[in-house]
Amino acid sequence: MSLKITRAGILDTVQDLGRTGYRALGVNPGGAADRDAVRILNTLLGNDENAAGVEMHFPAANIEFEDDAVIAIGGAHFRPELKGVAVQKWTSVLAKKGETLNFTGRKYGARCYLAVRGGIETEQWLGSASTNLFVKAGGAGGRKLEKGDVLSVGGKATDGPVGLSAGRTLTDRFLLEPMLRVTEGPEHHLLTAVSANAFETGEFEVRSDSNRMGIRLEGPPLHTVDEIDLVSSAVAPGTVQLLPDGSAVILGADSQTTGGYPRIARIIAADLSIAAQVSTGDRVRFRLVPLEEAYAAMCSFERDLSFLRLGLRFRAP
Amino acid sequence: MKNEPVQFVVEPLGEDCAIISLGKVISEDVNRRAVSIAEAVSDAGFEGFVEASPAYSSVAVFFDPGKARSETGTPFENVKTELERIAGAAGPSTGREKRAHTVPARFGGEDGPDLEEIAERRGLDPEDVVEIFLSRDYRVFMLGFLPGFPYLGTLDERIATSRRESPRTRVPAGSIGIAGSQTGIYPFDSPGGWQLIGRTEVTVFDPGSDDPAMFRPGDSIRFVESS
Repeated sequence: MSLKITRAGILDTVQDLGRTGYRALGVNPGGAADRDAVRILNTLLGNDENAAGVEMHFPAANIEFEDDAVIAIGGAHFRPELKGVAVQKWTSVLAKKGETLNFTGRKYGARCYLAVRGGIETEQWLGSASTNLFVKAGGAGGRKLEKGDVLSVGGKATDGPVGLSAGRTLTDRFLLEPMLRVTEGPEHHLLTAVSANAFETGEFEVRSDSNRMGIRLEGPPLHTVDEIDLVSSAVAPGTVQLLPDGSAVILGADSQTTGGYPRIARIIAADLSIAAQVSTGDRVRFRLVPLEEAYAAMCSFERDLSFLRLGLRFRAP
Repeated sequence: MKNEPVQFVVEPLGEDCAIISLGKVISEDVNRRAVSIAEAVSDAGFEGFVEASPAYSSVAVFFDPGKARSETGTPFENVKTELERIAGAAGPSTGREKRAHTVPARFGGEDGPDLEEIAERRGLDPEDVVEIFLSRDYRVFMLGFLPGFPYLGTLDERIATSRRESPRTRVPAGSIGIAGSQTGIYPFDSPGGWQLIGRTEVTVFDPGSDDPAMFRPGDSIRFVESS
């Protein structure tokens, strides 16, 4: 079983949940920017949660199925169509041999995911199929997908049920002007009182120079109490860093592993997928929550995902 | 070897990361502690442990909050307790082998386009800058910025030079740069703001290898001039 890229998108890459264990070497975890989307889609298809899929930006690729395949699409809404018929998001769907999946317009969101039953099998790098564009390793030769690329799918891609959907508690979390919950970062206390207040009450607009490395924000300028010279320390996806010009950046899946700018906050895991779906011109706000609330939100998502997993097990023949 | 108790704090960076902070300084002693604690945490592990990574004066410990959970505390609180125990007991060295590297490099000209400027700013001849640069071994404090990029120190104060006002859009792989009292080697072509004094042909990061990074935190590097 395989699928073929018949028209390249602007930036489509093979991604799984990323690689761990190499931060000490300066290698970031990479992987899907919207991890929850990948986990939900893989669960829906009965795949391992970490199975590789395709992460797409808009305009996205045209993808032809060279054999029958069971697929699911989620994340951003790019108006997917299969042979000219709209495809239901977050639902397992049978794509027949010779049919082409295309995306006709961006309704909302920044990144759309295609998962295939059996998972996409590509080159692994340091234990992950995720594409690292900088190192040029993992996925389809370490690069974005191009016209003519053929991706193999593991296992029997058509076994198992189709037409099953994930519940809306899992999938309806996308908001046009999201309130992103954050926990305090190690340098939050360095913000002036005015800036600490502005961080929580201000509105921040997503700049056009945002990408998988980071989401650049335009908003009320934030300042620290003194001119500070920090010693480089760890950062991770979702870290909100304060740059010297007073603007904030939310680090993404492809960010550096270390940084020397104040880490004023970190997006809670449960809201990281929402942050991964903002695009140019969207407005976001931040709300500080205690670590306990972050853990509670994480547990709530994990519970919903395990309900989906259990529900599918009982439905399966 | 002295084995005084080390002062540190453990603070969260979100739900899945605990930072063990040993202060806000760049010092060999403090970094030796950080490297040793990162190794001790990796060796000891704990329920839900994912990875530990040392920086100049801190260690980042990543964990799976779903596995570090307990009846009594939050995952971070449990991990903090574990880390206080492990870091508190860690000596200045775990005895893990540290390598000494010799890195041949060429200086000035196309290989080190900022050498003249560094010399001018510091009131030295370019040859003196190179001689001072070559006169000591450098410690690998940490890897970061790019895969395999070694943060090296500490430079002789006579040649310490602040970053360029405007970063270059492309620094060639192998370039050796100076930023303040730090020096480092760019493993890949990339944008960069450090002052470039020379260049090496050594492969700093090899994606095709199972052990891709040439340098590890705690290693030492001696540069030699090649023709």
